[in-house]
Amino acid sequence: MGLSEEIRNKYQAVIGLEVHAQMLTKTKAYSNDKNEFGSQPNTNISAITLGHPGTLPRMNKKTIDFAIKMGLACESDIAPEQYFARKNYFYPDLPKGYQITQDTTPICTGGKVIVKDGEGAEKEVGITRIHMEEDAGKSIHDIDPFNTLIDLNRAGVPLIEIVSEPDIRSSQEAYNYLTEIRKLVRYLDICDGNMEEGSLRCDANVSVMLKGSSEYGTRTETKNLNSIRNVQRAIDFEIERQIIANENGETINQETRNFNAVTGTTTAMRSKEAANDYRYFPEPDLQPISVDQNHIDRVQSTMPPLPAALFKKYTQELGLSAYDAEILTDQKEIALFFEDIISNTKNYKSAANWLMGSVKSYLNEKAIGIGEFPISAARISELINLIDSGKVSNNLASQKLFPAMLESDDSPLKIAEVNNWIQDSDEDAIKNMVLEVFAENPSEFERFKGGEKKLMGFLMGQLMKKSQGKADPKSASKLINELAK
Amino acid sequence: MEITDDLVEHIAHLARLEFEGEKKEAIKADLTKIIGFVDQLNAVDTEGVEPLIFMTNSINVLREDEVKETITQVEALKNAPHKDSDYFKIPKVLKK
Repeated sequence: MGLSEEIRNKYQAVIGLEVHAQMLTKTKAYSNDKNEFGSQPNTNISAITLGHPGTLPRMNKKTIDFAIKMGLACESDIAPEQYFARKNYFYPDLPKGYQITQDTTPICTGGKVIVKDGEGAEKEVGITRIHMEEDAGKSIHDIDPFNTLIDLNRAGVPLIEIVSEPDIRSSQEAYNYLTEIRKLVRYLDICDGNMEEGSLRCDANVSVMLKGSSEYGTRTETKNLNSIRNVQRAIDFEIERQIIANENGETINQETRNFNAVTGTTTAMRSKEAANDYRYFPEPDLQPISVDQNHIDRVQSTMPPLPAALFKKYTQELGLSAYDAEILTDQKEIALFFEDIISNTKNYKSAANWLMGSVKSYLNEKAIGIGEFPISAARISELINLIDSGKVSNNLASQKLFPAMLESDDSPLKIAEVNNWIQDSDEDAIKNMVLEVFAENPSEFERFKGGEKKLMGFLMGQLMKKSQGKADPKSASKLINELAK
Repeated sequence: MEITDDLVEHIAHLARLEFEGEKKEAIKADLTKIIGFVDQLNAVDTEGVEPLIFMTNSINVLREDEVKETITQVEALKNAPHKDSDYFKIPKVLKK
């Protein structure tokens, strides 16, 4: 498709995202069978999951707490009184013939997520609602040539659906929003955020309108987006397709479209008005839920620090660069490790450098997570404090002490002492060595004294050799200059 | 409420059922009777009465997040008319 910059610039894209996140509970939303990805087919099941008559669902406490966590992270209002609804449709992987979901009383309403816009400036994306519901089973079309196979392990797995306001204006913003949502659910430990395995899924509502218009165009909903990158690609395709349709005077149908990751295109799946008549009505089998302030406070007290708050702290209070803060807060485990280091040292920049430098390269080299890293945060702080006190040089610390710490549980101070690595800053001792170096290298000494300052490097080298690397370079160079006068 | 052909077709489509000819007339007659019966409820004046959703006043009937295995895969598949050792089998859903 060839769309000129000029025509594209006439239009404004309007995007809202619906994100489904599978909850990391042990059991399903309304029954005690296992919530686990990758089990043998049809083993994580129960009479409730199978939709047998006479069974009664019962709500999982954990799901409610998880949904509240997400709501608090997005600054949503938590509904004090809620009940569930049945969303009715017939499909083979939905054994009951209805999905138990929240329709009129979602657990969270309102709120926002702060994301970067296409130009990198901060903007708010409003949250319309977050509600609790259950996943459907899985239809498998490609194993048996004559039948569709049904696996109900996923049926009844708890989900939260996070619905954004149509506040997103470009595919890049959508990408940034989803990245932020994934970071949040991972920080909160409520969803593993794995889009390839489908534990985090996204539908994109996209429309276009002429710039300056106050009325949104007809929107389409695109499904089957199994990576954040594909969400971006599908939105780009939809924007272009809709602009071209507009330019050609064609009408855009309100419809559900399917994204094809191979071709990067979307195609119509079904027309909304004809197919969807879900006949919602209140679910009488699940008693209402009431959430009071005590409950919310209790959940709040279990929340970890959130990436946005940490980013602010690192850039504004600790004086780190936005780049450093971004890397440190990208994963919760790294951020918490950093928090542990700086609880014992005030040298924040050095803490960031050690973590993003030597520690990360070790993790990358061994392909392990920070959880398996052999050195505790407390020992990293000791190492930093040891350097700052002048007892070991930075060089020695990264070349020798850090590798030694990987092999030993002793404190860095003890390791340095045992190996005779403690730096000499005792002036008298160094003074004698400087004089010895002068005496052993009379011609260099004379030339240095005569003004050949580049010989400082040579003299320092000799001194370091003599002191076996333990002379504090700062006081040593000072002494060389003084004694050569 | 009048049960029209369109309404029967719409409901049948939602239920993935098909009614043709005599059967369609029969279901129309049945639906008319059912709706007529339920329609009697409209005679009651419910002005100002809150809709009743739940039969008891209990709230927060919740359960702990603990796994209990209640039935096996064999038991789960036992009543299915069409299956193999792992899956429920149904007619092809997707047309290729």
